[in-house]
Amino acid sequence: MDKMNIQHAGDVNIIRKKHMKLFFAGLVIIALVFGAGAVTNYNHIEGVMSIPAAFQWLFANMLFSGSTLSNLPNVLRLLWETILISIVSTTTAAVFAGIFAIMGSKLTAVNPVLMYAAKLTASVSRNIPVVAWALILVISFGTNAATGFLALFFATFGFLVRAFIETIDEASKDTVEALRATGATYPQVIAKAVIPEAMPQMFSWMLFMIETNIRSATLVGLLTGTGIGYLFDLYYKQLNYEMVSLITLAIVIAVLIIEWMSNLIRREIL
Amino acid sequence: MEHAIEKDGKGRIKISRLNGGQQKFRLLMIGTAIFTVIGFFLLDYSGLQLWPAITGTLGNLKMMFLEPQLNQVGFGSAMYQVLVTLSLAFLSTILGAVISIFLAFGAAVNLSRPWISRSIKGFITVIRAVPTVLWVLIFAIAAGLGAVAAVIGMLFHSVAYLVKAYSEAFEEIDEGKIEALRATGSSYAHILFQVVVPQTKSFLIAWTFLRFEINFGVAVAMGAAAGAGGIGYELFMSSSFYYDMNEVGMITYMILIVAVILELAANKLKNAA
Amino acid sequence: MVLKTKERQQLAGQEKKADDIVFPFDSDEHRPLDTKKDDAPVIMEISNIDKAYSGDKKVLNDIAFDIRQGEVLSIIGPSGAGKSTLLRVINRMIEPSRGSITFQGEDTLSMKGRKLRSMRTDIGMIFQHYNLVDRSSVFENVLHGLLGYKNSLQGIFSLYTEAEKQRAVEIITELGISEQLYKRCDELSGGQKQRVGIARALIQDPKIILCDEPIASLDPNASRTIMEYLRRISRERGITIVVNLHQLDAAKQYSDRIIGLNGGRIVYNGNPDDIDPDTISRIYGSKLDELIVE
Repeated sequence: MDKMNIQHAGDVNIIRKKHMKLFFAGLVIIALVFGAGAVTNYNHIEGVMSIPAAFQWLFANMLFSGSTLSNLPNVLRLLWETILISIVSTTTAAVFAGIFAIMGSKLTAVNPVLMYAAKLTASVSRNIPVVAWALILVISFGTNAATGFLALFFATFGFLVRAFIETIDEASKDTVEALRATGATYPQVIAKAVIPEAMPQMFSWMLFMIETNIRSATLVGLLTGTGIGYLFDLYYKQLNYEMVSLITLAIVIAVLIIEWMSNLIRREIL
Repeated sequence: MEHAIEKDGKGRIKISRLNGGQQKFRLLMIGTAIFTVIGFFLLDYSGLQLWPAITGTLGNLKMMFLEPQLNQVGFGSAMYQVLVTLSLAFLSTILGAVISIFLAFGAAVNLSRPWISRSIKGFITVIRAVPTVLWVLIFAIAAGLGAVAAVIGMLFHSVAYLVKAYSEAFEEIDEGKIEALRATGSSYAHILFQVVVPQTKSFLIAWTFLRFEINFGVAVAMGAAAGAGGIGYELFMSSSFYYDMNEVGMITYMILIVAVILELAANKLKNAA
Repeated sequence: MVLKTKERQQLAGQEKKADDIVFPFDSDEHRPLDTKKDDAPVIMEISNIDKAYSGDKKVLNDIAFDIRQGEVLSIIGPSGAGKSTLLRVINRMIEPSRGSITFQGEDTLSMKGRKLRSMRTDIGMIFQHYNLVDRSSVFENVLHGLLGYKNSLQGIFSLYTEAEKQRAVEIITELGISEQLYKRCDELSGGQKQRVGIARALIQDPKIILCDEPIASLDPNASRTIMEYLRRISRERGITIVVNLHQLDAAKQYSDRIIGLNGGRIVYNGNPDDIDPDTISRIYGSKLDELIVE
């Protein structure tokens, strides 16, 4: 009887401790929320109020007038350019990322020095935000497609190296072991085990980055004065909100189409 | 069993037979490669002088990374701006997490009805299609440029990301455990907060932190492109207004260090989950 | 969970069907009479092998034994005893910390580059999870066994001679999977995958085949088929089979000799028939209960 009571008391204690821990975690988070609010001058009520206001505004401006619609060809031209930059920069980055990932994966590394060098290069290139790349490059490359291409290239490259290393480690661990055990050479192991096993998943990551980069390209364009981002900025500053809505809508449709297509491709290859 | 062997045109034994999927994948790879090459020629390079641009950039990179120095802002105030950026990221992550957890209950197919799940997922796809910077600028029309527009704008993508991650974690839960509790007559809320959330807690924390890491980068971008303040704005000013490469370098280093620390922490949480 | 069990049953059902059709020999439950392998020549001598990953904890501790030509040698022991590490030390997929291995009169631990690869072509290996390239055909996977004989370019561009391909087809046919020749490996059942693994090892023309838990992921019927194939390979081709097993009954039924491993040390090395309950508890130690549950 005593034993049971003690045990029971122990259970209650554990539960109480758990609740206390949760309570304190909650308290810390709430304190941080208010702290962060104070640092940034963020007002929660204003924040909540802005949501319906923004949507009301967005839909109100979607009844496009004739003059707005006459700008549509121009919008589509720059949208196409943005999509093109996203795709080309992603595919190029993927090729380089593939090479670095093979050097950087523990499974296929040639030697430890190159492995860490590859990982470090990738880490630096992905942790410098894409805006920083854009701002640095635009100074010398000017407002043209090369700036956007390179900015997206560096950010994508860093991200894809990380994703590809994970893919290689996951997809081809067993087969690499088996082929090494047959006495296969290093290039043979890469060609016969790593590439066939990891390629489809890598391609899927590449598609993911194309989707992401169409959005990032808008941001880069806004900063460097190219593509659809530039057009958005232009009309935004002119307070031409119908055009702003039209451009937003065009981007949404483009992104949805690209997502739909890459899902189709994924279903075929994975 | 000779009948099983297939030979090619030259009478050599074939070692593989391409199936539909492989053939499509091969075509896809070739198509992508061709598109990339053509794409390079379609881009508009007007005004680009390649060689001066490369040497100029290398010179700038050298000034940035080898001679970093703060000139326009003091170190203390730069650190404070980093804190502002972190705070923006934190606010949008934590508010996003609270909203997402409820939406994720609706989006997870094992906890919800199909039509609710489908409409939430569809809504999120559309939300995600708008670039964050456009969200921020759209909210700025309603709330003015600043923290409110930035946090709410970043919130939208955070919610889209987290609902997907959370609901996938919920869908992994053992169906039997939910059934067992249903059989005891537990209420829906009870199941959610006594089983579903505790079971997936470490995943939820890992994904939330991963989003915080992403949001830091986004917050830097919003500072630079959408007037949200913080270290991103300082970066924009020193590069586009003062052309001060030494300061750009120092600020880049500061961002890089924070980002790497966040990435390492996120990896640690992810591996522990 | 419910669904998973159902799936597994379904899979097991399919496997059974497939294996019943192609099971090629008279199933002899008795071990063949020619089990005397004590006079066969020694092809590998392993002595004083230690392996420690980090710190002082030794995964392998002073391992020493001989491997004779044409024998089926089982290595048994509880999980974590070091079976898997020991097997990989034999073909140097894992480097031992100390000791020596002599294979066909040569010291393997000092081999490098081409020499090391050439040694590996003499030692085939099959795995618990088959380790096949899932997206490639059965034919291609079997031909991978020849990579050790090819230079890099020949291997990368799959330049196999007609004679080599013919031989691959013969081996595939012998293992009863010629119907699957052009199928992708992820379309096969577990038992069929393991036979592809055996074919890949056989085409290497090895002296020894190392088998790392070859039947741990298979149902009883497929397991029996695989073990029968392995025994037949050793009888008919004189290839030595070194196999890690955690099923004691399979080890007793199919092997000529058993090595018992516990905590990285050899605690038994001898005839399967001489294993008594005392030996079993020495090998499995306190984990005996666990074994019975399995």
